[in-house]
Amino acid sequence: MKLIDPHIHMVSRSTDDYMALALGGIHTIAEPAFWPGFDRSGVASFHDYFNLLTVTEPARAARFKVRHYCWIGMNAKEAENLALGEQVLEILPEYLDRPTALGIGEVGLNKNSRNEIRIFERQVALAAKRNELLLIHTPHLEDKLKGTRIIIDILRNEPRIRPERVLIDHAEEHTIGEIREHGFWFGLTLYPDSKGSPARAVDALEIFGSERICINSSADWSVSDPLATLKTVNEMRRRGHPQELIGKVFYDNPKEFLSQCPKFSAA
Amino acid sequence: MNGPSCTLNTPEILDTYFLENRARLLEIASFLDRLDRAQDLSQDTRDFRYQAFLRALELLLEPGGERTRAIQLSFSDPTTEPIESALGLKAVGAWQGGEP
Repeated sequence: MKLIDPHIHMVSRSTDDYMALALGGIHTIAEPAFWPGFDRSGVASFHDYFNLLTVTEPARAARFKVRHYCWIGMNAKEAENLALGEQVLEILPEYLDRPTALGIGEVGLNKNSRNEIRIFERQVALAAKRNELLLIHTPHLEDKLKGTRIIIDILRNEPRIRPERVLIDHAEEHTIGEIREHGFWFGLTLYPDSKGSPARAVDALEIFGSERICINSSADWSVSDPLATLKTVNEMRRRGHPQELIGKVFYDNPKEFLSQCPKFSAA
Repeated sequence: MNGPSCTLNTPEILDTYFLENRARLLEIASFLDRLDRAQDLSQDTRDFRYQAFLRALELLLEPGGERTRAIQLSFSDPTTEPIESALGLKAVGAWQGGEP
Protein backbone atom coordinates (compact mmCIF):
# COMPACT_ATOMS: atom_id res chain seq x y z
CA MET A 1 0.00 0.00 0.00
CA LYS A 2 0.98 3.64 -0.47
CA LEU A 3 1.44 6.02 2.45
CA ILE A 4 2.22 9.68 2.92
CA ASP A 5 4.25 10.77 5.93
CA PRO A 6 3.10 14.39 6.33
CA HIS A 7 5.70 15.28 8.96
CA ILE A 8 9.26 13.95 8.91
CA HIS A 9 12.62 15.74 9.33
CA MET A 10 14.84 14.12 6.73
CA VAL A 11 17.69 16.62 7.14
CA SER A 12 18.35 14.76 10.39
CA ARG A 13 18.14 11.29 8.87
CA SER A 14 20.49 9.13 6.87
CA THR A 15 20.14 8.33 3.19
CA ASP A 16 19.42 4.75 4.24
CA ASP A 17 16.18 6.03 5.72
CA TYR A 18 15.06 7.21 2.29
CA MET A 19 15.55 3.66 1.07
CA ALA A 20 13.57 2.32 4.03
CA LEU A 21 10.73 4.77 3.33
CA ALA A 22 10.66 3.79 -0.33
CA LEU A 23 10.64 0.06 0.47
CA GLY A 24 7.79 0.61 2.92
CA GLY A 25 5.60 2.36 0.36
CA ILE A 26 6.11 5.85 1.80
CA HIS A 27 6.69 7.60 -1.51
CA THR A 28 5.51 11.09 -0.54
CA ILE A 29 6.72 13.07 2.45
CA ALA A 30 6.51 16.61 3.82
CA GLU A 31 9.28 18.10 5.93
CA PRO A 32 8.52 21.06 8.20
CA ALA A 33 11.17 23.61 9.14
CA PHE A 34 12.09 23.06 12.79
CA TRP A 35 14.62 23.49 15.60
CA PRO A 36 17.62 21.36 14.67
CA GLY A 37 18.70 20.56 18.24
CA PHE A 38 20.82 23.67 18.65
CA ASP A 39 20.24 27.42 18.41
CA ARG A 40 21.45 28.98 15.18
CA SER A 41 23.68 32.02 15.41
CA GLY A 42 22.20 34.16 12.67
CA VAL A 43 19.86 34.54 9.74
CA ALA A 44 22.47 33.16 7.32
CA SER A 45 22.02 29.76 8.94
CA PHE A 46 18.32 29.93 8.11
CA HIS A 47 19.10 30.73 4.47
CA ASP A 48 21.24 27.60 4.38
CA TYR A 49 18.58 25.53 6.14
CA PHE A 50 15.75 26.67 3.85
CA ASN A 51 17.95 25.84 0.86
CA LEU A 52 18.48 22.38 2.32
CA LEU A 53 14.72 21.96 2.59
CA THR A 54 13.88 23.24 -0.87
CA VAL A 55 16.85 22.05 -2.95
CA THR A 56 19.04 19.43 -1.29
CA GLU A 57 16.41 17.18 0.29
CA PRO A 58 14.11 16.96 -2.77
CA ALA A 59 17.15 15.87 -4.78
CA ARG A 60 18.23 13.35 -2.14
CA ALA A 61 14.68 11.94 -2.01
CA ALA A 62 14.38 11.76 -5.78
CA ARG A 63 17.17 9.16 -5.93
CA PHE A 64 14.66 6.81 -4.26
CA LYS A 65 11.59 8.04 -6.16
CA VAL A 66 10.30 9.69 -3.00
CA ARG A 67 8.52 13.03 -3.50
CA HIS A 68 9.79 15.54 -0.96
CA TYR A 69 7.80 18.64 0.00
CA CYS A 70 8.52 21.08 2.79
CA TRP A 71 7.11 23.75 5.06
CA ILE A 72 8.90 27.04 5.72
CA GLY A 73 8.74 28.88 9.03
CA MET A 74 10.41 30.21 12.15
CA ASN A 75 10.22 27.54 14.83
CA ALA A 76 8.97 28.37 18.31
CA LYS A 77 12.12 27.33 20.15
CA GLU A 78 14.37 29.88 18.45
CA ALA A 79 11.58 32.49 18.39
CA GLU A 80 12.55 33.32 21.97
CA ASN A 81 15.38 35.26 20.30
CA LEU A 82 13.13 38.04 19.07
CA ALA A 83 15.76 39.89 17.05
CA LEU A 84 16.65 36.73 15.13
CA GLY A 85 13.00 35.89 14.74
CA GLU A 86 12.27 39.23 13.12
CA GLN A 87 15.14 38.71 10.66
CA VAL A 88 13.94 35.23 9.74
CA LEU A 89 10.40 36.49 9.17
CA GLU A 90 11.77 38.82 6.52
CA ILE A 91 13.21 35.99 4.42
CA LEU A 92 10.26 33.58 4.62
CA PRO A 93 8.45 34.79 1.46
CA GLU A 94 11.51 34.09 -0.70
CA TYR A 95 11.40 30.42 0.30
CA LEU A 96 7.62 30.09 0.44
CA ASP A 97 7.70 30.84 -3.28
CA ARG A 98 9.84 27.78 -3.98
CA PRO A 99 8.08 25.01 -5.96
CA THR A 100 8.02 22.39 -3.18
CA ALA A 101 7.11 24.68 -0.26
CA LEU A 102 3.56 23.87 0.85
CA GLY A 103 2.98 26.61 3.41
CA ILE A 104 4.10 28.02 6.74
CA GLY A 105 5.24 25.48 9.32
CA GLU A 106 5.95 24.13 11.70
CA VAL A 107 5.22 27.22 13.71
CA GLY A 108 3.55 27.58 17.08
CA LEU A 109 4.68 27.55 20.68
CA ASN A 110 7.30 25.74 22.75
CA LYS A 111 7.16 27.02 26.35
CA ASN A 112 4.26 29.45 25.81
CA SER A 113 6.31 32.62 26.25
CA ARG A 114 5.42 36.12 25.12
CA ASN A 115 8.17 36.22 22.48
CA GLU A 116 7.07 32.88 21.05
CA ILE A 117 3.51 34.20 20.81
CA ARG A 118 4.66 37.38 19.09
CA ILE A 119 6.56 35.52 16.37
CA PHE A 120 3.74 33.02 15.95
CA GLU A 121 1.15 35.77 15.54
CA ARG A 122 3.31 37.39 12.86
CA GLN A 123 3.46 34.12 10.93
CA VAL A 124 -0.28 33.57 11.25
CA ALA A 125 -0.76 37.04 9.76
CA LEU A 126 1.68 36.20 6.96
CA ALA A 127 -0.22 32.98 6.23
CA ALA A 128 -3.48 34.93 6.09
CA LYS A 129 -2.01 37.57 3.81
CA ARG A 130 -0.54 35.01 1.39
CA ASN A 131 -3.33 32.45 1.79
CA GLU A 132 -0.80 29.82 2.87
CA LEU A 133 -1.57 26.51 4.55
CA LEU A 134 -0.45 26.39 8.19
CA LEU A 135 1.22 23.52 10.04
CA ILE A 136 1.19 24.14 13.77
CA HIS A 137 3.65 22.78 16.34
CA THR A 138 2.10 22.40 19.78
CA PRO A 139 4.34 22.38 22.87
CA HIS A 140 5.74 19.28 24.48
CA LEU A 141 4.51 17.36 27.50
CA GLU A 142 3.24 19.50 30.40
CA ASP A 143 3.12 22.62 28.21
CA LYS A 144 0.95 21.11 25.47
CA LEU A 145 -2.52 21.77 26.91
CA LYS A 146 -1.91 25.43 27.68
CA GLY A 147 -0.06 26.04 24.42
CA THR A 148 -2.72 24.36 22.31
CA ARG A 149 -5.39 26.55 23.86
CA ILE A 150 -3.37 29.74 23.27
CA ILE A 151 -2.72 28.67 19.66
CA ILE A 152 -6.41 27.98 19.02
CA ASP A 153 -7.32 31.41 20.44
CA ILE A 154 -4.77 33.15 18.19
CA LEU A 155 -5.99 31.30 15.10
CA ARG A 156 -9.63 32.00 15.87
CA ASN A 157 -8.86 35.69 16.39
CA GLU A 158 -7.56 35.95 12.79
CA PRO A 159 -10.75 35.94 10.68
CA ARG A 160 -8.85 35.33 7.43
CA ILE A 161 -7.65 31.93 8.68
CA ARG A 162 -9.90 29.04 7.66
CA PRO A 163 -9.61 26.07 10.03
CA GLU A 164 -9.73 23.52 7.24
CA ARG A 165 -6.42 24.96 5.97
CA VAL A 166 -4.69 24.49 9.33
CA LEU A 167 -3.27 21.27 10.79
CA ILE A 168 -2.51 21.42 14.51
CA ASP A 169 0.13 18.79 15.10
CA HIS A 170 1.43 16.69 17.99
CA ALA A 171 -2.11 16.42 19.39
CA GLU A 172 -2.68 13.96 22.22
CA GLU A 173 -5.59 12.59 24.19
CA HIS A 174 -6.14 15.80 26.18
CA THR A 175 -5.98 18.22 23.22
CA ILE A 176 -7.62 16.39 20.30
CA GLY A 177 -11.15 17.24 21.37
CA GLU A 178 -10.63 21.02 21.48
CA ILE A 179 -8.75 21.03 18.16
CA ARG A 180 -11.48 19.06 16.39
CA GLU A 181 -14.24 21.08 17.98
CA HIS A 182 -12.99 24.20 16.17
CA GLY A 183 -12.72 22.52 12.76
CA PHE A 184 -8.94 22.22 12.45
CA TRP A 185 -7.11 19.17 11.17
CA PHE A 186 -5.11 17.40 13.85
CA GLY A 187 -1.89 15.44 13.68
CA LEU A 188 -0.80 12.55 15.90
CA THR A 189 2.94 12.07 16.27
CA LEU A 190 4.48 8.68 16.97
CA TYR A 191 7.36 9.09 19.42
CA PRO A 192 8.35 6.24 21.74
CA ASP A 193 8.75 8.39 24.85
CA SER A 194 7.47 11.91 24.52
CA LYS A 195 4.34 11.62 22.37
CA GLY A 196 2.16 8.73 21.16
CA SER A 197 2.63 5.06 20.36
CA PRO A 198 1.01 3.16 17.48
CA ALA A 199 -1.46 1.59 19.92
CA ARG A 200 -2.46 4.95 21.43
CA ALA A 201 -2.78 6.49 17.98
CA VAL A 202 -5.18 3.76 16.92
CA ASP A 203 -7.07 4.18 20.20
CA ALA A 204 -7.49 7.88 19.36
CA LEU A 205 -8.65 6.96 15.89
CA GLU A 206 -11.26 4.62 17.34
CA ILE A 207 -12.42 7.21 19.85
CA PHE A 208 -12.42 10.35 17.70
CA GLY A 209 -12.99 8.93 14.23
CA SER A 210 -11.01 9.22 11.00
CA GLU A 211 -12.06 12.69 9.83
CA ARG A 212 -9.37 15.41 9.64
CA ILE A 213 -6.72 13.18 11.24
CA CYS A 214 -3.15 12.75 9.95
CA ILE A 215 -0.62 10.44 11.59
CA ASN A 216 3.11 11.11 11.25
CA SER A 217 6.49 9.87 12.42
CA SER A 218 8.02 13.32 12.88
CA ALA A 219 11.29 11.38 12.77
CA ASP A 220 14.21 13.69 13.52
CA TRP A 221 17.54 13.80 15.37
CA SER A 222 16.12 12.56 18.68
CA VAL A 223 14.46 9.29 19.75
CA SER A 224 12.13 8.63 16.81
CA ASP A 225 11.37 6.12 14.07
CA PRO A 226 10.92 6.92 10.36
CA LEU A 227 8.90 3.72 9.94
CA ALA A 228 6.52 4.50 12.81
CA THR A 229 3.65 5.10 10.39
CA LEU A 230 4.09 1.58 9.00
CA LYS A 231 4.01 0.16 12.52
CA THR A 232 0.74 1.99 13.10
CA VAL A 233 -0.67 0.56 9.87
CA ASN A 234 0.21 -2.84 11.27
CA GLU A 235 -1.47 -1.98 14.57
CA MET A 236 -4.69 -1.17 12.68
CA ARG A 237 -4.38 -4.42 10.74
CA ARG A 238 -3.81 -6.31 13.99
CA ARG A 239 -7.09 -4.93 15.35
CA GLY A 240 -8.99 -5.89 12.22
CA HIS A 241 -9.55 -2.44 10.74
CA PRO A 242 -10.39 -2.62 7.03
CA GLN A 243 -7.84 -1.75 4.39
CA GLU A 244 -10.08 1.08 3.18
CA LEU A 245 -9.88 2.82 6.56
CA ILE A 246 -6.12 2.31 6.73
CA GLY A 247 -5.77 3.89 3.30
CA LYS A 248 -7.91 6.83 4.33
CA VAL A 249 -5.84 7.58 7.41
CA PHE A 250 -2.39 7.14 5.89
CA TYR A 251 -2.93 8.29 2.31
CA ASP A 252 -6.27 9.92 1.53
CA ASN A 253 -6.34 12.23 4.56
CA PRO A 254 -2.84 13.72 4.22
CA LYS A 255 -3.41 13.97 0.47
CA GLU A 256 -6.66 15.85 1.04
CA PHE A 257 -5.08 18.31 3.46
CA LEU A 258 -1.85 18.90 1.54
CA SER A 259 -3.60 19.10 -1.84
CA GLN A 260 -5.11 22.39 -0.72
CA CYS A 261 -1.73 23.71 -1.84
CA PRO A 262 -1.73 23.49 -5.64
CA LYS A 263 1.99 22.66 -5.65
CA PHE A 264 1.31 19.27 -4.01
CA SER A 265 0.89 16.06 -5.94
CA ALA A 266 1.04 12.69 -4.18
CA ALA A 267 2.96 9.79 -5.65
CA MET B 1 -16.51 10.85 20.73
CA ASN B 2 -17.95 9.77 17.41
CA GLY B 3 -15.61 7.02 16.26
CA PRO B 4 -16.16 3.31 16.44
CA SER B 5 -15.57 1.40 19.64
CA CYS B 6 -12.62 -0.95 19.79
CA THR B 7 -12.81 -3.56 17.06
CA LEU B 8 -11.65 -6.31 19.42
CA ASN B 9 -13.62 -8.04 22.17
CA THR B 10 -12.30 -8.48 25.70
CA PRO B 11 -10.56 -11.87 25.21
CA GLU B 12 -8.96 -10.61 22.01
CA ILE B 13 -7.70 -7.46 23.71
CA LEU B 14 -6.24 -9.52 26.53
CA ASP B 15 -4.72 -12.05 24.15
CA THR B 16 -3.11 -9.26 22.14
CA TYR B 17 -2.03 -6.80 24.80
CA PHE B 18 -1.85 -8.49 28.22
CA LEU B 19 1.75 -9.64 28.12
CA GLU B 20 3.21 -6.38 26.85
CA ASN B 21 1.28 -4.39 29.45
CA ARG B 22 2.19 -6.81 32.22
CA ALA B 23 5.80 -6.08 31.32
CA ARG B 24 5.15 -2.32 31.43
CA LEU B 25 3.56 -2.66 34.86
CA LEU B 26 6.65 -4.46 36.14
CA GLU B 27 8.84 -1.71 34.67
CA ILE B 28 6.88 0.87 36.67
CA ALA B 29 7.11 -1.20 39.83
CA SER B 30 10.83 -1.58 39.33
CA PHE B 31 11.20 2.17 38.72
CA LEU B 32 9.43 2.93 42.01
CA ASP B 33 11.48 0.30 43.85
CA ARG B 34 14.61 1.92 42.43
CA LEU B 35 13.50 5.26 43.84
CA ASP B 36 12.83 3.62 47.20
CA ARG B 37 16.37 2.27 47.20
CA ALA B 38 17.79 5.74 46.64
CA GLN B 39 19.55 6.92 49.79
CA ASP B 40 19.39 10.66 49.37
CA LEU B 41 15.79 11.74 49.92
CA SER B 42 12.75 10.73 51.90
CA GLN B 43 9.48 10.13 50.07
CA ASP B 44 8.01 13.39 51.39
CA THR B 45 10.70 15.56 49.87
CA ARG B 46 11.08 13.91 46.51
CA ASP B 47 10.60 16.31 43.65
CA PHE B 48 7.44 17.29 41.81
CA ARG B 49 7.89 14.66 39.09
CA TYR B 50 7.72 11.87 41.65
CA GLN B 51 4.64 13.36 43.28
CA ALA B 52 3.00 13.82 39.87
CA PHE B 53 3.79 10.21 39.02
CA LEU B 54 2.09 8.95 42.19
CA ARG B 55 -1.00 11.07 41.49
CA ALA B 56 -1.13 9.65 37.96
CA LEU B 57 -0.93 6.12 39.29
CA GLU B 58 -4.07 6.72 41.35
CA LEU B 59 -5.88 7.74 38.15
CA LEU B 60 -5.10 4.36 36.62
CA LEU B 61 -7.69 2.78 38.86
CA GLU B 62 -10.48 5.20 37.92
CA PRO B 63 -13.15 3.51 35.78
CA GLY B 64 -14.88 5.13 32.83
CA GLY B 65 -12.54 4.91 29.88
CA GLU B 66 -10.95 8.35 30.40
CA ARG B 67 -7.77 7.33 32.23
CA THR B 68 -5.35 8.41 29.52
CA ARG B 69 -6.85 11.87 29.18
CA ALA B 70 -7.05 12.25 32.96
CA ILE B 71 -3.37 11.38 33.36
CA GLN B 72 -2.41 13.79 30.55
CA LEU B 73 -4.35 16.54 32.32
CA SER B 74 -2.78 15.71 35.67
CA PHE B 75 0.70 16.31 34.22
CA SER B 76 -0.33 19.53 32.44
CA ASP B 77 0.15 23.20 33.24
CA PRO B 78 -3.44 24.37 33.89
CA THR B 79 -2.65 28.11 33.78
CA THR B 80 -3.54 30.42 30.93
CA GLU B 81 -1.06 33.34 31.13
CA PRO B 82 2.04 33.28 28.88
CA ILE B 83 5.36 33.10 30.69
CA GLU B 84 7.69 36.09 30.46
CA SER B 85 10.66 34.19 29.01
CA ALA B 86 11.46 30.68 27.87
CA LEU B 87 15.21 31.14 28.10
CA GLY B 88 16.84 28.08 29.64
CA LEU B 89 13.54 26.26 30.11
CA LYS B 90 12.52 22.89 28.72
CA ALA B 91 9.62 20.52 29.18
CA VAL B 92 10.24 17.74 31.71
CA GLY B 93 6.93 15.89 31.61
CA ALA B 94 5.14 17.23 34.67
CA TRP B 95 4.08 20.72 35.68
CA GLN B 96 6.07 22.08 38.58
CA GLY B 97 3.20 24.15 39.88
CA GLY B 98 4.71 27.52 39.10
CA GLU B 99 7.64 27.03 41.43
CA PRO B 100 11.13 28.01 40.23
